[in-house]
Amino acid sequence: MKVSELQEALKLKLISAEGYEDKEVTGCYIGDLLSWVMGRAKPGDAWITIMSNINIAAVASLADTACVILAEGVVPDAGVTEKCNMQDIIVFGSDKTAYELAAGFAALS
Amino acid sequence: MIKHYEISGTDFAAAGEASSDFKTMLKKIGVPPDVIRKVSIAMYEAEINTVIHGQGGFCDAEIGPDSIVITFTDHGPGIEDIERAMCAGYSTASDEIRDLGFGAGMGLPNIKKYTDDMKIESELGKGTTVVLTIKLF
Repeated sequence: MKVSELQEALKLKLISAEGYEDKEVTGCYIGDLLSWVMGRAKPGDAWITIMSNINIAAVASLADTACVILAEGVVPDAGVTEKCNMQDIIVFGSDKTAYELAAGFAALS
Repeated sequence: MIKHYEISGTDFAAAGEASSDFKTMLKKIGVPPDVIRKVSIAMYEAEINTVIHGQGGFCDAEIGPDSIVITFTDHGPGIEDIERAMCAGYSTASDEIRDLGFGAGMGLPNIKKYTDDMKIESELGKGTTVVLTIKLF
């Protein structure tokens, strides 16, 4: 599935990387502890989190996740959107819970 | 080829920039993706440790013919019990650090998992040196 298909199906709001390169999403990972995400998320995963600080940019980039989805209406901290735009990191927002997002993802794949 | 990075002990926003820069360089010179992933994870964890626990320091990343060797040096408080620090889930990070999503106690275990060799030398009150080696092939 492509990132754009996931965005449309789960009605995700784009926060960063407008006109993004439409990558393949190959899996899904939920986590807020950054070391766990670094060590366990797989390249190509859609990463669902409620962590909104600047360090999500480095983790998403280094772990090669396909996109980041901020759940539960979480809004990124100051500077996160700019940094993610600069590094072409796709960040979405959603009012759904991590569970609802993952269940929606599972129904698609 | 050696890349040198200074790592701030207070600038959390910049934490990960050395790892990101080195990753970009490895991509450019055509290092295999699985090696880049191992380097990225291990280097990021060590960089974060240098910020959180080491009060800043520096890092030298060298690409040799067979392996990548990355040395992190800090002049922080040192590690009291290295064996304990290696245990998954053990962390001395403050609540403030944990609120940022760190302090899961997975830093050193992740580094060990994603490197071919890891050496730690630490002296209380003087600082810590961590050397990571990742084979290229």
